[in-house]
Parts: sequence; structure tokens; C-alpha cells
Amino acid sequence: MAQSILGSSPVFKAECPKSSASTSTISGSKLKYSGIEQSQLGFLNSSKSNLALRLKASREGVGLIQETKVDTPNLIKKSKDGTDSFTEMKQRFLRFKKEKYLENLECYQELAEAQAPKFLVISCADSRVCPSYILGFQPGEAFVVRNIANLVPPFENGPCETNAALEFSVNALEVQNILVTGHSCCGGIRALMSMEDEENSSSFIKNWVTVGKSARSRTKATTSNLSFDQQCKHCEKESINHSLLNLLTYPWVEERVAKGLLSLHGGYYNFVDCTYEKWTLDYKRTNGNQEKGGYIIKNREFWQ
Amino acid sequence: MSATAAAFTPAFTTLSHRKTSSSSSTTVSTCVARLSNTSSSSPTPSTPSLIRNQPVFAAPTPIITPTWREDMANESYEEAITALKKLLSEKEELAPVAAAKIDQITAELQTPNSKPAFDPVERIKTGFAKFKTEKYITNPTLYDELSKGQSPKFMVFACSDSRVCPSHVLDFQPGEAFVVRNVANMVPPFDKVKYAGVGAAVEYAVLHLKVEQIVVIGHSRCGGIKGLMTFPDEGPHSTDFIEDWVKVALPAKSKVKAEHSSTSLDDQCVTCEKEAVNVSLANLLTYPFVRDGLVKKTLALKGGHYDFVNGTFELWGLDFGLSPATSA
Repeated sequence: MAQSILGSSPVFKAECPKSSASTSTISGSKLKYSGIEQSQLGFLNSSKSNLALRLKASREGVGLIQETKVDTPNLIKKSKDGTDSFTEMKQRFLRFKKEKYLENLECYQELAEAQAPKFLVISCADSRVCPSYILGFQPGEAFVVRNIANLVPPFENGPCETNAALEFSVNALEVQNILVTGHSCCGGIRALMSMEDEENSSSFIKNWVTVGKSARSRTKATTSNLSFDQQCKHCEKESINHSLLNLLTYPWVEERVAKGLLSLHGGYYNFVDCTYEKWTLDYKRTNGNQEKGGYIIKNREFWQ
Repeated sequence: MSATAAAFTPAFTTLSHRKTSSSSSTTVSTCVARLSNTSSSSPTPSTPSLIRNQPVFAAPTPIITPTWREDMANESYEEAITALKKLLSEKEELAPVAAAKIDQITAELQTPNSKPAFDPVERIKTGFAKFKTEKYITNPTLYDELSKGQSPKFMVFACSDSRVCPSHVLDFQPGEAFVVRNVANMVPPFDKVKYAGVGAAVEYAVLHLKVEQIVVIGHSRCGGIKGLMTFPDEGPHSTDFIEDWVKVALPAKSKVKAEHSSTSLDDQCVTCEKEAVNVSLANLLTYPFVRDGLVKKTLALKGGHYDFVNGTFELWGLDFGLSPATSA
């Protein structure tokens, strides 16, 4: 039973695990993948060369450094000279440790034993829409999946990273709410709306966003008189609802929703005017209509 | 952009009602049983009494009027118990009635302490309001820029675990990191059919957003890694999708089992959490556009491990190079 295997409560009681002994082994390990890699290095196109692929993991430990210096938060912008960002990340972590981790040590120690989040959040990977940031989720509150265009493929598509996380959060962690949250100006949705109707594609992006093609069809059918930008905006919301319907194709999700143990919510963050819209799928009234792509929502709210 | 007051007013009435928590205090209270022969002559204290001022027992006399007085917290309640015991020993038929009443009192005491039901809508509404007032409105330039486009320097792979959001641990601000989160923060090898999801994210980040760093961050007590280490290597799957997914890190499991067979499962899991990051880094090399970036030095790969048990963070880099060609 998956739950017993993947339960995050440790086998032993809360003691500091012996981790120092293993680090030296990690740092000394060399990644020997040359046998596999060479067959894929066709781009270098040198029939006479004898390539030696050198992969080395170099370590710079951060560890428990007692530093009192605290930098003011700097946004890490792109640098043309490829400045090493080790230092910035180290400073960030130390600041987190000082201001949050140590300030709430008891909470973090409890969380270290087990997590019991009430939400599964499926959000876009876009750098502007982290759900912890915009919806204020604190450590322990939300199990978060982030992918391109916050899409949920249906059960019949087979295994992928999104439904593995779905299965773990619903069956093992038993979350009570799933929130699929989309956003404005989504590049993935734009790609979905732009793509031609072709079966195969040379692009990863197209192969993935095609999961949302039913949302695209519905959008094109209902908003053909609107501009492309407006159609994209419509599709951003439509695809959230289609993802909610896709969630119901998973038997263990539908079972819980039918019993009232799990609620499916949609959310839409508009970062142009900083508003958030949220709604809940009305399972009872949707039930039976979802195969035709029909759905009913309830409890719609708009926050500004 | 609106500069008006931050308090948001929902356009639609919310259907949720928050239960008001009971105002009764949780101080220790004492039960006093006083014998009196009449029902009304004894002066009642001004503090509210939990039990109505009525006879407890069916018999008209004697009447016991239990009263809860919070100022009696310092007095021992043993005196009351002694009096009650004395009464019950004198009137044995009152014992079951007394027991039933005590059960009722206990039940009534317990109800005010129950927590209000969790309201998911309120939770995110509060979170959004706080974000808007504390962050959005105080940084109008930043958010105006971001509304037009993003140019993150980082792409981060982090676990979906609720305890390890990179925005908290590494304080990533909006616009800084394109973040993919999945079970056990894994990057599978190049496969346009099976792993289109992750591939799409890597393609978008490297080719369109032109990120400079890809960081794969593992963490302690990872349920996905533990599953990987404990799932049987052969035989039917017990899950629909989880086992299929965590198998991406099988090379890490093999390495750990081979080199650390004598250590405990928990120590093996810690080692595997880090080795799996290295497997993901190596898998990134199977994407041609990643290799291109590494060769041209427009892209760098890093691995990390956040240990929330000990409050530490390890960070390491992957050096990628091609030694000069020799020809014969």
C-alpha cells in the first residue's frame, strides 16, 4: 500500500541523522556516463576526434556556518559575465535560516517529522506566480506541483510527473483541496493557442501543451470574434476548468470528491492588475456531464 | 495600477462563515458542591455558572447546586469531592444519577475547546490580501515590469513537498526563478513522448527565457526517495503512477545499495536524496539545448540538498567540459 511506503514519518525517532560521513563520498564521486553520452554527441561532428567527456561534481558546502552578516535582499538579475551565484544563494539561505527557520524552530522540527498539507496546488512554473508567494502558503500547508501552463493530463494519458504527484498527495497525504491556479499572460497557453493542428511535433512544448487541446477547441469555438490576446486570456481560464475535469478521470480522485472528502478549486491570478479569481467545481451538478466537456462551478469570488 | 486602499472587497458574497471561537476561558475551574436545603436561599456568585441552578437529583432534598467559579482555581477541589462522596455514601441511589450528570458536564466542557473548521477559501483569500498589501503595492515598479515579461536567471527543480518551497528556503522573489516542482525533484532523460512535461519546461527555460543556471534541489525526508528505496525492484506496481515516476532515479538507488549496503535505510535515503540530484543533473545533459548552453558557457548546472532536520543547505556545481580533440 503506497501510503505505508511513502508516508513521510520517519522510521526512527527525532534524532540528528548521521549525515557528515556520507558527504565526502558524494563529493568524491565522478559521474561516469561517457558511454551513454558519446552516442548523442553527434552535434560536434568530428569524425576523427576522440572526445573525452569530463564530468566532475565539485562541492562547495554551505553547512552550518555561523555568520552574522546579513545582506539586504538583492534581486538576482541576469549578468552578462556569468557571475557565480553561489554566494548570493548562500546568503539567502542563511537569512532564511536566521529569520524564519530558527525563529520557528519548533514548527520546523514538527514539520520535519511529517507533513500534513491541506492543499495540493497545481500551478504554472512561471517565475512570477509562485503560489507560496501570492497566496501566502507557509511551509507545511501546500503540496505544490508546478509545470508549464498548470495542466493536468487525463488518467488515460498514462504516467507522468503531474499524476505521480497527484497520486501521492491524494492517496498518501490525503489532501482535502486541490487548487489548479492559472495566470495571465501565460506563455504555455499562448503556445497552445498558436500551435497548428499537427499530430507530431519537434518541440517539447507543443507535445506537452497539447494536453490542453480541448480547452483550445472550446475557446476557439466561443471567442472567434475576439482578438488573439483576449482568446488567450479566455483559454487560460478554460484550461483550468478542463484540468479540473481531467482530475475527475482519476478514480481515486473522483471517489473522494463524491464522498465530500476532496474539493476541486480553480484559481486565476491576473498580475497585470493584481486580482485573483477563484471558484469551486460543483461536482454534484457536473457529474455525468464531464464526458461532454460540461461542468458547473460554484462559489465564484473575485478579489481585488 | 490601483493605488487605493488595499482591503479587498469580494464582489460576490462569500458563502463560508467562520465560527466565532468561544470566549470562555480555559483556566482551570473548580467544582463546588454545596449542600443546601432550599433551592434559592444561597447566594449565587456573580461569575456565570455552567450548570443551571436546578436540582441535580430527582429527590427534592438534599439539593446540590454545582457552580463553576474561576476564582477558585487555587482551592483544592478535593473538599468538594469529599463532600460528594459523603453524600453518595449516604444516599446510594443517587450514584448513577450523579455519574450521568458528570458525564454531561464533561461533554459540555469539551465542546468550547473544539477548533473552528478549516476554510480553504479563507486561507487563500487572506494569503492573497497579505501579498497584495505587503508586496505588490509596495513595489509598483517591479510588478509593472513583471507584468510585461519575465527574465529569470534561474530554473529550479524542487520537490513538491510542502516544506521545501524555494521561495521560502532561498527567498526567490517574483521574476527570479522559473520553478518546476514534482515528486522527488527529478529531471528525467530526454523523451518527447514519455516526459514531455519536464522537457517542455527545460526547453522553455533554456531556449525562450534563456536562464543562466539550472539548479536541482533535493531535500531531507523525501517521501519519493524513500519510496524509491523501498519499492521492490521487480514485480507488479502497487501504485498507478508513483513507482513509474520515481524509477527515473533508479541509478541512484543502485549506486547507494552497492556502496552503502551496510548503513541504515535512513542513512541510505539521505545519500540517495543527493545521488538522485546527480542523476537529474546527468539527465539534463541528454537535452541537446542544455549541452549547447554548457559548451557555450551560457548555462551552468548546480545541485543542492536542503536538510530541514538540521537546518543546513548544501550546494554543488557540475563541471562540464570537453577536452581537446586528438586526431590520428
